[in-house]
Amino acid sequence: MAVPSGRSIQGVAAVAETFRRAHDEGRAALIPFFTAGYPSLAVLPELLRAAEDAGADLVEVGIPFSDPLADGPMLQKAAATALAGGVRVDAILDILARTKTEIPRVFLTYVNPVLRRGFDRFADNAVASGMAGAIVPDLPWTEARALRRAFSARGLAVIPLVAPTSTDAHLAALRSADGFVYAVSVTGVTGARQSVAGDLETLVARIRQAVPLPVAVGFGIATPEHAQAIGQFADGVIVGSALTEAIMRRPQAPAEATYAFLRPMAEALARARGD
Amino acid sequence: MQSLKRVPDAKGRFGPFGGRYVPETLIPALDELEQAYSRWRNDREFTAELREYLVNYVGRPTPLRRADRMSAALGFDVYLKREDLNHTGAHKINNTLGQILLARRMQKHRIIAETGAGQHGVATATAASLFGLSAEIFMGEEDVRRQALNVYRMRILGAKVTAVASGSKTLKDATNEAIRDWVTNVRTTFYVIGSVVGPHPYPMMVRDFQSVIGREARRQLKKLINGLPTHIVAAVGGGSNAMGIFHPFRHDPVELVGVEAAGEGIETGRHAASIAVAEPGVLHGAMSYLLQDADGQIQPAHSISAGLDYPGVGPEHAYLHYSGRARYETVTDREALAAFHQLAEWEGIIPALESAHAIAWVLQAREHLKAVGARVLINLSGRGDKDVDTVYQLEEEKG
Ligand SMILES: Cc1ncc(COP(=O)(O)O)c(C=O)c1O
Repeated sequence: MAVPSGRSIQGVAAVAETFRRAHDEGRAALIPFFTAGYPSLAVLPELLRAAEDAGADLVEVGIPFSDPLADGPMLQKAAATALAGGVRVDAILDILARTKTEIPRVFLTYVNPVLRRGFDRFADNAVASGMAGAIVPDLPWTEARALRRAFSARGLAVIPLVAPTSTDAHLAALRSADGFVYAVSVTGVTGARQSVAGDLETLVARIRQAVPLPVAVGFGIATPEHAQAIGQFADGVIVGSALTEAIMRRPQAPAEATYAFLRPMAEALARARGD
Repeated sequence: MQSLKRVPDAKGRFGPFGGRYVPETLIPALDELEQAYSRWRNDREFTAELREYLVNYVGRPTPLRRADRMSAALGFDVYLKREDLNHTGAHKINNTLGQILLARRMQKHRIIAETGAGQHGVATATAASLFGLSAEIFMGEEDVRRQALNVYRMRILGAKVTAVASGSKTLKDATNEAIRDWVTNVRTTFYVIGSVVGPHPYPMMVRDFQSVIGREARRQLKKLINGLPTHIVAAVGGGSNAMGIFHPFRHDPVELVGVEAAGEGIETGRHAASIAVAEPGVLHGAMSYLLQDADGQIQPAHSISAGLDYPGVGPEHAYLHYSGRARYETVTDREALAAFHQLAEWEGIIPALESAHAIAWVLQAREHLKAVGARVLINLSGRGDKDVDTVYQLEEEKG
């Protein structure tokens, strides 16, 4: 099988390597999210490159879904625009297979498009497209066994999510997980927020106690200041809605908008633990 | 006739269907709901309280009677279970009262719900008002327009109605928005789902609350004819009125017939018959049959009846289809409209357009039903007052 990514290490190992490097540099990893097909599918390679240039460590590529029930208005709008533009899963897989990046990337997808392809076929597609894993926000860990089997057989990770409401039993079940843990910062849907939740540090500490994986925080992170604050105690910072909003404001220059948005965030993270 | 395994299992599965496909944030809330429900469902005080409200507030038991002129015209016996005579005009209130009594015991003071036709929204607003709870009802913009009177009804009852502008602006999108609200306010809020859909334990719980329909019908028929019907017919949107009347007869030698909305015709693609196409997938927290494209994107449903205009169906119906215990048929907008008028003419009852689908199937299958000497029980899930305006507009347009 062709190796579309520029990396020598593939799959979940590349994710581990990414977090290790950021950790060695004394900072949290920067993880931007893009909706594939927004503002168009053709610009996805440019967006990934801009993210890489700005200092991103890992990217999430969202497969747009008609009914994104974990998303707020911004990402709903991006997905609806992408679908209205006729984006198909095959085209997303295809463009990713042709786009090399140094940094690893994972899918963010709702479960139905994955079910529709079948878990094994989707996992094969993910490998061929140079993906390291997938985040599936509406597939709880207790329902994820079959997808995890298909993924781990191919060295890919199903990234688990932890919410502020999560039980200790859920955390205990994540001991066997791969990649990293996605800590959802708030009870709510995606979307930029004014401030970050106060008890987030406690949540991250709880996860660390239970799961031997890096912890990345997402939902609501909008500014370099938020990123810097969270970078003090988390291993990764995920930014989606605010980045999408920045792109939405400059639809003619999405790559520039991406770079301009992410660069200060990367710098803030690099400073975070130094100061 | 075969007896079925007890469903759902501990994971909320009806065979391959059901389960829980929701964000992790909601899993503990579903666990909490499941525990509360299993604690109260057979509690004597809880069931007595629910029964008291069903009798003295809703007006149960609802009548069951032979439709004499219809039976004479068709040449076989037809019985109507009159859920249209419930307070608020449909079966929906059987479920909302049950869930709201549970919400009170769980100390949740804020109620949310989705609604399509507005019947479930009205029933939820009614039950919330009865207990002084605040209610917010999510409704697609398109339905707000189609069912303006029900929006006003909910507002009179003190509920906040939030119009949802995303997606197809109908029930599917209202449900997405209700789930988003629940994820956000999960600690204080109880989500009253309006049909046998959603993540476990909702399909089971809503079925149980609606089963009062079938339990009464069984008793009433025993008294009336000292026997069972040969066929039970009910319209299927999400499937709650159908599950409610089917469930108590599941071990009996009775044909269970669910009627889906064929809209403009299955072949046109503009319909709401998810079991007819039988493509499995996940929508709104459960594995079931859905209207979807090759990529798994949900396709909009189409039906003259807002209450059937939904691209999914409850997982237990998917299971009853899959196991062969029930059969599912379809009826077009046109056939439903004809049945709407026909029942009014024969029996002096204006049915909801949803219920008119059940009537229409009986008309469609009349030759066969007559030939086998059928004794048909139809679940008349709601009254047609809410639809009079829609029907009037349609017929004015046609001239
Ligand atoms: C009168 C009536 N019947 C049927 C339905 C369809 O729902 P279900 O299939 O859950 O009974 C509705 C939904 O609004 C309704 O109002």
